[in-house]
Amino acid sequence: MTATAGNRGDSVRSDCFVQIAKTEHHATEIRLLSKVESLFGDSIRELCHEVLTHYNLRNVLVEIEDKGALPFVIAARLEAAIRRLTGTDESFLLPIETKNLHRTGRDRTRRTRLYLPGNNPKLMLNAGIYGSDGIILDLEDSVAPDKKAEARLLVRNALRAVDFGDAERMVRINQLPAGLEDLDAIVPEQVNLILIPKCESAQQIIQAEERIEKILGRENTDIYLMPIIESALGVVKAYEIASALPNVAALAIGLEDYTADLGAQRTAEGRESFYARSAVVNAARAAGIQPIDSVFSEIDDMEALRSNVLESKALGFAGMGCIHPRQVPVINEGFSPDEQEIEKAKRIVIAFKQAQEKGLGVVALGSKMIDAPVVKRAVHTIELAIQSGKLSTNWRENHE
Amino acid sequence: MNEDLIYNAVGRLVPSEINGEPVVPFMGVGKYRPEGKKHASAIPTNADYPADGNKQVASLKEALIKAGLKDGMTISTHHHFRDGDLVANMVFDVVKELGVKDIRWYPSASFPCHAHLIPYLEDGTISHIEGSMNGPLGRFCSDGKMKKTAVLRSHGGRYQAVQDGEVKIDIAVIGAACADPFGNANGLNGPSSSGLLGFALADSQYANNVIVVTDNMVPFPCVPWQIQGNHVDYTVEVEKIGIPEKIVSGTTQITKSPDRLLIAEMTAKFCEATGIIHDGFSFQAGAGGTALSIGIYFGEIMRRKGIKARFARGGSNKYLVEMLEEGLVEYILDGQTFDLEGVRSMRDNPNHTWTSPFTSYNYHSKGNFAGLVDVVILGATEVDVNFNANVVTHSDGKLLHGLGGWQNCLFSKTVILPIPLFRDRIPVIVDEVTTLCGPGELIDVIVTERGIAINPLRKDLIEKAKDSGLPIRTIEEMKEEAERICGKPKKPVFTDKIIAAIKWVDGTVIDVVRQVDEKKTEN
Repeated sequence: MTATAGNRGDSVRSDCFVQIAKTEHHATEIRLLSKVESLFGDSIRELCHEVLTHYNLRNVLVEIEDKGALPFVIAARLEAAIRRLTGTDESFLLPIETKNLHRTGRDRTRRTRLYLPGNNPKLMLNAGIYGSDGIILDLEDSVAPDKKAEARLLVRNALRAVDFGDAERMVRINQLPAGLEDLDAIVPEQVNLILIPKCESAQQIIQAEERIEKILGRENTDIYLMPIIESALGVVKAYEIASALPNVAALAIGLEDYTADLGAQRTAEGRESFYARSAVVNAARAAGIQPIDSVFSEIDDMEALRSNVLESKALGFAGMGCIHPRQVPVINEGFSPDEQEIEKAKRIVIAFKQAQEKGLGVVALGSKMIDAPVVKRAVHTIELAIQSGKLSTNWRENHE
Repeated sequence: MNEDLIYNAVGRLVPSEINGEPVVPFMGVGKYRPEGKKHASAIPTNADYPADGNKQVASLKEALIKAGLKDGMTISTHHHFRDGDLVANMVFDVVKELGVKDIRWYPSASFPCHAHLIPYLEDGTISHIEGSMNGPLGRFCSDGKMKKTAVLRSHGGRYQAVQDGEVKIDIAVIGAACADPFGNANGLNGPSSSGLLGFALADSQYANNVIVVTDNMVPFPCVPWQIQGNHVDYTVEVEKIGIPEKIVSGTTQITKSPDRLLIAEMTAKFCEATGIIHDGFSFQAGAGGTALSIGIYFGEIMRRKGIKARFARGGSNKYLVEMLEEGLVEYILDGQTFDLEGVRSMRDNPNHTWTSPFTSYNYHSKGNFAGLVDVVILGATEVDVNFNANVVTHSDGKLLHGLGGWQNCLFSKTVILPIPLFRDRIPVIVDEVTTLCGPGELIDVIVTERGIAINPLRKDLIEKAKDSGLPIRTIEEMKEEAERICGKPKKPVFTDKIIAAIKWVDGTVIDVVRQVDEKKTEN
């Protein structure tokens, strides 16, 4: 009996391919072929023994083709092969990186979220350094059906081991009900937000949330949800979905599937999706959450991306998906406030603070009264400006 | 041999003798003072050469025989054709055919195409290589299979060694895209165009016998004459000296790697923030993907600021040529041409001028161009917390690259190494480099995707970068981060056998490479 996991081939980096076979008559043997043998060979073999001991496995032949995989990858690949070989659903967990314990807020900035294929460790290692507001470990479309199980373990280990910096750690699970199994693996691992693809009803959100609370064994107070609308029916139900639960933090649209569902072609002008995009923006804003736009797939055309972002912002979206790190700065910039917006927000916030200090109930800028939502938006604009490096944190001192 | 070991000025244990000849251990930058006269070849007389100037012989074999080929000689070749070179392989096919043994091969660089020579290293036709060794030749040498100790020199160090008589070349074989029967030659015209022939300059001036080989023989005069026929003994026409698509191949693509692009962008931002990029400045960036991207970011900055560079040092390629033609760069001082656009520009544009290791790099001369460059962008396989860098071996101790012009470029006003913090699982910033090729005092800035470290000696740069908003960190912090991500690697265990010596630009020995003890390393 033999089981395998992981990736092999000339272009594979930072990954390994594991094959485990039961051998009735021989003692356990580890055959390691590693490009970092002289530097990490011993520690890889040690880790392998530790995993085998954890699963109480004897009399196996383990073959590892290593292309410089980090321990969290090797452990995930070994575990996946062992699960396949023995049918166990027991986990092997390495210590958690303490930086990964940070939680995020419901209304935090979500201009950019960088998609990372869930079965490709190479792209995960530096994902946190490109300045995206969030990273998405994707278990859905970027993972082949026969790789779903091993990707789930890799993503789980990445959530524990990889320092993604200040980025919000998101996972896109598979379409329900298959996605429920993904939740079992990732919910205990400090995930910040879960994307639920191809949403068509509030019931699906509630179903996911029930599973999350069951896994947590408590009320869910810190894992946010971002449903993705990808069908005509989803667009019709957008508000119902957006307002299904208080921890739904954002509503995204996926145009590739949506246009296919319509039977329309995706065009550069995007007239075929104008209604859906506006409907999603409207539903999200009505529910008081962030509307998030689809990805832009021409990674070499930065000018087209820039105009796409401007249009998206004009429609009312708060952010977009990124399929390549190079898109991050362009999208961040596009969804950040410009100089005029910042200046206006500064005046409003200062007027508000002055009114507060004077104990005034009403805020006025010049002769104009300012409502609470206007102040709220100004505060948000200032936060965004600070985050995107356009304003220093002590701007008020310099201003006054 | 090698029993008499001495710690040199950078604390490396090096021998006082290599291949039976005494060597000077590295004494510190600028500390070694050469004595005596330059080397000179025998005085020739026109009486010995054909009155009609026709030095052409029927074959390379005939030329080598006439040049007096015999056991123990030194034969030099050059890497103008890079991985498309056919000349070195042809030369040693003849040497083998003639049963001559123990040749010291003195190439300006070797490439994977020279794996053809491995059987000749095995059977003793070639005793050893003094020059770079990459790919299969590097592995052969790393495995301790070469009869004698390899010696690695920089491009400038190669010129210096020839000029000083440290290496006496018996026969130089110069492959040229175009030549005339008298021996005038250039790299500009013909199917094997490589741009220039600068690496062969020293050989043409100092070797006892000079053979020019071409696949494009033209009637006298071949102009421009990058190599002067007055230095040449014999000329040969063969069918083919290079594979054009491999001459201009490889590293001349802009990187698509997001990490490298980020490093390139940070490097350019650093140069802008610290004022290195100013009107009339000069720069040198290599041909690697990251370096190419840095050049493009430089261009964007210059356009935005409305300034231009006085000159850029090549390796030239189409991107640098575009900058020259756009007027962003006034002159290209070219050391080697990486693509056909570079060749075209050098041929047609008087502001695209060819240089040689003599003009650009030779440390035993009255100054060279390397020191005139404001900023140079270089690579490294490893850098340590004292800013010492390695370019020839990897962390596993195996010899994999040559020095190129790397050591020579360290004399530029600011030296920046844009490198990843780790490659796969191998930390690039380490406690101590495996092989020390360049002393930390000459290396100013390390740019990684996770932060920028400035050499504490460069207080001026630290001050200027202070408020740049760039992630300035200490090199120790970056080393620790690399180890936190990758784990702390084990060090390879070495035997006492020295397989290669690394020369500094002045001919002193800065480090040696010892053979990896495979058994103890993998226990």
